[in-house]
Amino acid sequence: MEVSAMFSRSTVAFVIFASAAFSARAYDFGRPAAPEEIKLWDIDVHPDGKGLPPGSGSAVSGKTVFEENCAACHGPGGQNGIKDRLAGGQRTLASDHPIKTVGSYWPYATTLFDYIHRAMPYQAPGSLSDDDTYSVVAYILSLNGILPTDAKLDKETLPKVKMPNRDGLIPEPEFRNITNSR
Amino acid sequence: MSAKQNEASAPSRRRFLKFVSAGVGAAAGGPALADTLADVPPREPGADLSGHSERSQYVKIARIPEAGPGMRHVDPDDAINSKTPIDQLVGSITPTDLHYERSHSGVPNLDPAKHRLLMHGMVNKPLVLTVNDLKAMPSTSRVVFIECTGNGWESWKKADPNLTVQNTHGLISTNEWTGVPLRFLIDLVGVDRKATWMLAEGDDAAAVARSIPLTDEILSEAFVAYGQNGEPLRPAHGFPIRLIIPGFEGNLNIKWLRRFKFGDHPWMTRWETARYTQLLADGKARQFQLRMETNSVITSPSGTMKIRPGYNRITGLAWSGYGKISKVEISTDATRMWQSAQLTGLVLPKAQTRFQMDWLWDGKPTKIVSRSVDEKANVQPDRASLVAQMGTNALFHYNAQQTWSIDENGSVSNVLA
Repeated sequence: MEVSAMFSRSTVAFVIFASAAFSARAYDFGRPAAPEEIKLWDIDVHPDGKGLPPGSGSAVSGKTVFEENCAACHGPGGQNGIKDRLAGGQRTLASDHPIKTVGSYWPYATTLFDYIHRAMPYQAPGSLSDDDTYSVVAYILSLNGILPTDAKLDKETLPKVKMPNRDGLIPEPEFRNITNSR
Repeated sequence: MSAKQNEASAPSRRRFLKFVSAGVGAAAGGPALADTLADVPPREPGADLSGHSERSQYVKIARIPEAGPGMRHVDPDDAINSKTPIDQLVGSITPTDLHYERSHSGVPNLDPAKHRLLMHGMVNKPLVLTVNDLKAMPSTSRVVFIECTGNGWESWKKADPNLTVQNTHGLISTNEWTGVPLRFLIDLVGVDRKATWMLAEGDDAAAVARSIPLTDEILSEAFVAYGQNGEPLRPAHGFPIRLIIPGFEGNLNIKWLRRFKFGDHPWMTRWETARYTQLLADGKARQFQLRMETNSVITSPSGTMKIRPGYNRITGLAWSGYGKISKVEISTDATRMWQSAQLTGLVLPKAQTRFQMDWLWDGKPTKIVSRSVDEKANVQPDRASLVAQMGTNALFHYNAQQTWSIDENGSVSNVLA
């Protein structure tokens, strides 16, 4: 196996490192990450859709997924549950009692896929299939009137969904254009 | 402590000594229980030595779990954070087991032998690191505060008179953290110079993830910590490893760290869009308001305490995500006049700084307030100024001056201003 070869390489490297502080190179520590194992953990989804998996889902099947996995905490139809409200609240953000939901506040539909896929359902995160995740995303967006009740979603169509509050978040000037002296 | 502050506090100390020698001063702590030394219990052999030290049975001190603004004393199942008893702490370092706690899906029980940190994305050489790899690297130690973005969220709309300072300001703590500079790890994997953002992700059930801007400040100050006040991190605070970004909102200091991914745009995770963004009065929201602001609070006397006329030492904590605290001023007459407080102990950048001032209370109802200034000349705003800027729906990043009202009986209570 490679391990012993790697060990001796890192031992040699360590000696070099010890004589020249802060000049360590990759593989002096740790081991290379293989592409197949990176895939296991590379779960993030970008606003442009990068990171979305293959597969598809529909709001119709999403209703069933939601009722089985989500409604206990978020309430039927994504309202009146014990945890975060998911639907409604549009046009309340400037009032004394703003209601922040997916429909009223979330600026990117891709965030919904990313979040459900990584963190939900609370007791068993990551347990929904990719198809079921697309389905429940479509259903939550349909609850908010953002997609029709017969909508389908996949990695091509999800990033194109325009959220009502897409322009509602104003990034701080300090962190709009990141530069550094590296 | 600067020479100027010394001068400012010296006259009040002389006044205080004169006052006490005149025999008028009432002990703020109340009369001693033992009337004569004969009442003090006799000495006797004590307990056996032990593996680690417990608190005295006479010390009752604990965090308070809560579920949200005003939702206290809840079932631990429903709690989302647990607040530090800053009313009972002295100095500026928070005891490890009392460091405030916030998690999004509980505290995972991670085996360090099986834990891994993956570094990938816009890098030359993606790497998998073990905890032992990190411990073998050059390390840094730094005393810094971590503050939950929601610290102070009780106070946006109203002031509940029953709140203690633990309730209003308990989501901040200062510890010494030890770990590997982020810059060292970045050089190790050869991060592409075009990478400007880094996703940091936890190994908790929610896999909490935040986009970190790779500014020079963050590149030079952030580190991956495995040590907390001289020992391995406690599970509640990220064991075996967490990210520390001095001065930046608590949620960025990803606990149970398992992945860094480098890119050239923010990821727009749920936490940086739906959660930690500050809704303004016009319905727009501030995003990536990442730095914790200039802040301070009087911890004694504070909400629900009772004082007596005469000498009272006012003390509290000040902090700023911009750097060192340069000055704390206290008003004991509802902000008409301000006096410089003494900064005691270490004054470190992006760490809580203890302040104190002698005060002779004349027994008349009044209000006491503190305000801090940092080395970048940022001044902690009064409540009206903060609300004028942010409205009252922001939920996070509340740093207005805290006012404590004192009635004719000496009862101290939380008020808006």
